[in-house]
Amino acid sequence: MAVDEAPNPWISWSYLQDNSDAILAATRQHVTLTAISVGLGLLLAVPLALLAKRSRRLESLILGLAGVIYTIPSLALFAVLAPITGLTEKTVVIGLTAYTLLVLVRNVLTGLQGVPDEVVEAARGMGLGPVRLLLTVELPLAAPAILAGVRIATVSTIALVTVGAVVSNGGLGQLIFEGFNNNFYRAEILTATLLCVLLAAVADALLLAVEWAITPWRRR
Amino acid sequence: MSTASDTVAWLTDGAHWQGVDGVPHRLVEHLAISGLAVGVAALIALPIAVTLGHLARGGSLAVNLSNASRAVPTFGLLILFAVTPIGFGNRAAVVALTLFAIPPLLTNAYIGVRDVDREVREAASGMGMTGGQLLRRVELPLALPLIAAGLRTAAVQVVATATLAAYVGGGGLGRFIADGFGQADPAMTTAGGVLVAALALVVEVSLAGLQRRLTPGPKRQRVLPGLDPSLAGPSA
Repeated sequence: MAVDEAPNPWISWSYLQDNSDAILAATRQHVTLTAISVGLGLLLAVPLALLAKRSRRLESLILGLAGVIYTIPSLALFAVLAPITGLTEKTVVIGLTAYTLLVLVRNVLTGLQGVPDEVVEAARGMGLGPVRLLLTVELPLAAPAILAGVRIATVSTIALVTVGAVVSNGGLGQLIFEGFNNNFYRAEILTATLLCVLLAAVADALLLAVEWAITPWRRR
Repeated sequence: MSTASDTVAWLTDGAHWQGVDGVPHRLVEHLAISGLAVGVAALIALPIAVTLGHLARGGSLAVNLSNASRAVPTFGLLILFAVTPIGFGNRAAVVALTLFAIPPLLTNAYIGVRDVDREVREAASGMGMTGGQLLRRVELPLALPLIAAGLRTAAVQVVATATLAAYVGGGGLGRFIADGFGQADPAMTTAGGVLVAALALVVEVSLAGLQRRLTPGPKRQRVLPGLDPSLAGPSA
């Protein structure tokens, strides 16, 4: 690259001030896309993990399929989905939800398998049906493992949302891409990238707090 | 779906398999970018990991590095490098990919060497082995399965991410996706997506095979795609 003629600083307060609306909107989309994808992923992961718990063959099949999806590059998945679902948030959410499945199913399964048999039997003896057993005994006891999975899935998803820029819905990735196409606008690129990392750190800390709050028996 | 038949037509059109813009040339570019990145990352990561593992020091560094790297968007870093003096194109891609290949290589190799059985280590020292001999003849061979696991994770990740190189003016199979989007040519976009996905799966399956071969029988668990000890999560 030729030496810059116009000043093109990495950090610029005027960029932040002049574009606060756009930055906020991109951040909001980033958070929304992440929350929906991880939320949907978790909703799918619980029944899949319950299914996988039934037999080793189902476990290999489900984890194997989730692993195959996980191996497919996000850009490739968006490329294959885009002609069908368009340049929309839907394309990004479908892809990102699919990626969370491997970590979430595995961790939900590990959590459920870790519930001691005696506890399950005692709960059954108290007359709990299968649904209440799951909701009031098994899932709460599996919560630490599940939340560990949710943390990994959330942090990776926040990083991956940026790739959604190729289908025009990448949250902060949109700003990164725009800055690149806009004569290498450094302040925009760096600000958006740093905000992504900050978002991941904040989300991780919040989820850690949630884990602390809902597992009182683990505190000492 | 017409997109599906258009994609098949694109992929079976001989013209798309020739020349600088053809699939074989883009594939070679893709593999060259990826191979270079993984190679450089291994040269940097493995000596550090093996040394730290041998000394059983710096564990939290290795694990935190791998966790923290998950939070950094590759796309952002790639574009950041492209607007620095590193420059536009394949060079920015190789630098970004190398950085992302280091954490899985480092973490796995570190855990592999560090977790060699204490008794095995003591037996080796009891036989009069020096630190260097212990490392070369005992620790490294025993750590090989995990080193292979790290290599597999790193390579699959790099091959996948190398697709983004096209967005900073680089080559590789990502060109078909980027150009397909750019020229509003869904058949080309989808064909590119299919090719990249197929390549990632081929690399995954072949390296999983390598990993299995390097893992002695009793420890040979089912090697599932994407499952990597360094991915085990903060509490595991």
